[in-house]
Amino acid sequence: MDGLLALGGPWHWFARNFVHTDQHSWVWWQFVRRNLARGREFSIPDRVLEHVGLTLVAVGIGLVVSVPLALAVRRWRWLEQPVLWVTGAIFTIPSLALFALLVPLTGLSTTTAEIGLVGYTLLILVRNTLAGLDGVPAEVMEAADAMGLSPRRRLLRVEVPLALPAVIAGLRIATVTTIGLVTVTLFVGQGGLGQLIDDGFHRQFPTQVTVGTVGCVVLAVLADVTLLGAERLFTPWSRARSPR
Amino acid sequence: MRAGGLSGSVLAACRPGHCGIGTYVAEHSTWSGPDGLPHRLVQHVELSAEAMVVALALALPVAVVLGHLARGGVLAVNISNVGRAVPSLAVLVIGARIYGIGTLPAFLALVVLAIPPIVTNGYTAMRQVDADVRDAAVGQGLSGVQVLRRIELPLALPLLMAGVRTAGVQVVATATLAAYVGSGGLGATVLSGLVNDEVGPEVVGGLTVVGLAALAELGLAAVQRALTSDGLRRRSGRQPTLADAMAADMG
Repeated sequence: MDGLLALGGPWHWFARNFVHTDQHSWVWWQFVRRNLARGREFSIPDRVLEHVGLTLVAVGIGLVVSVPLALAVRRWRWLEQPVLWVTGAIFTIPSLALFALLVPLTGLSTTTAEIGLVGYTLLILVRNTLAGLDGVPAEVMEAADAMGLSPRRRLLRVEVPLALPAVIAGLRIATVTTIGLVTVTLFVGQGGLGQLIDDGFHRQFPTQVTVGTVGCVVLAVLADVTLLGAERLFTPWSRARSPR
Repeated sequence: MRAGGLSGSVLAACRPGHCGIGTYVAEHSTWSGPDGLPHRLVQHVELSAEAMVVALALALPVAVVLGHLARGGVLAVNISNVGRAVPSLAVLVIGARIYGIGTLPAFLALVVLAIPPIVTNGYTAMRQVDADVRDAAVGQGLSGVQVLRRIELPLALPLLMAGVRTAGVQVVATATLAAYVGSGGLGATVLSGLVNDEVGPEVVGGLTVVGLAALAELGLAAVQRALTSDGLRRRSGRQPTLADAMAADMG
């Protein structure tokens, strides 16, 4: 008997599931190793790439929709309540129900998945972009005007950079939320890592469930850290100003 | 186009691809029996309500006490980031792997997923109470428990309730997904529609879920308004919403 297995109790459980593994373990390393290549039936990297793709497109479109919405609210203030109400209402719709309601219109497709995923990013992105733009101090705006900046240049050179931390904070929440939601697009024929979870569930093969779950968490952490890094890179002044 | 309706399982209520909304609504089995909408709705509400009550009982005291003592902030603030990163589907499937198919894993998963937003927002809400106000209360001779009950809780309530609303909406949503691991509820109707390519259950089930989620959100918002003290309501025009709760842990 091997060391850990012979110890019994929690050590035995740990060894069975993560060290001396077989198809009943939470992770069967042999399966993981075998499916690290692309193009296989249970390929892990294929699902990861699909997951990343669905997430990037959703957050990208979400941003492209949200920023103009936030700018429109800045110009026509009466839009604020309706915009926040509608995006809030979309956010409240349970994901499975939203996908099911879209299927009669757009079928079991990437389009269905993306419409749903984009919908969930809007509330957070619009709200944070708006909060960022509203947070630009009035004196700064006046100074920009006094320096002769046109409204367009003031927006691009002053307001957007100052709003960036809030926008990126929104992007972080939206991205991490989307990475979790992509698994649900399984029910409209997509799913990314969700397909692994589904497969493992139906075949009673826990390794795929573990890989799918850990994969999602790792992707979420990587995305969060990347965006945090981007914020530091693009807003060097906030680092210089904040006391240590 | 009325397809054979009494084949026992909702999965076979209509011929695949031929169960439109009209057919589904006209079907007798839509409105009665264990696979009918009323029973599914009751299952859904029961599961969500039970999970919500247990999650509140576990999370609220922890959040309020930690916030009052200003302890465990790192944990309280980060727990909902972690919660967001773990897919609900994964929590459900892992629960089903350990406890078997059925309502129990779904219930446990729902409780686990409802706790983070309640803890994070409860803690943040307690910490954002003005330190001067707290000092003034202590200066007036109020004890720690009195400060907690009479000063901190009323001031923290709006944001705290925003977290409860987030949790409530998430519980109703995840209870739909929970049909995947065999807990029944309206998700079973929706899933049967998706699996068998039937528009009827997809749309009718989906709309019922949307209605239920909206009711939960509006109901909890009403509770939030009712619990907010008059003075606080007059002072701030806007009540914290779902978006505020989502953003609470990001500073």
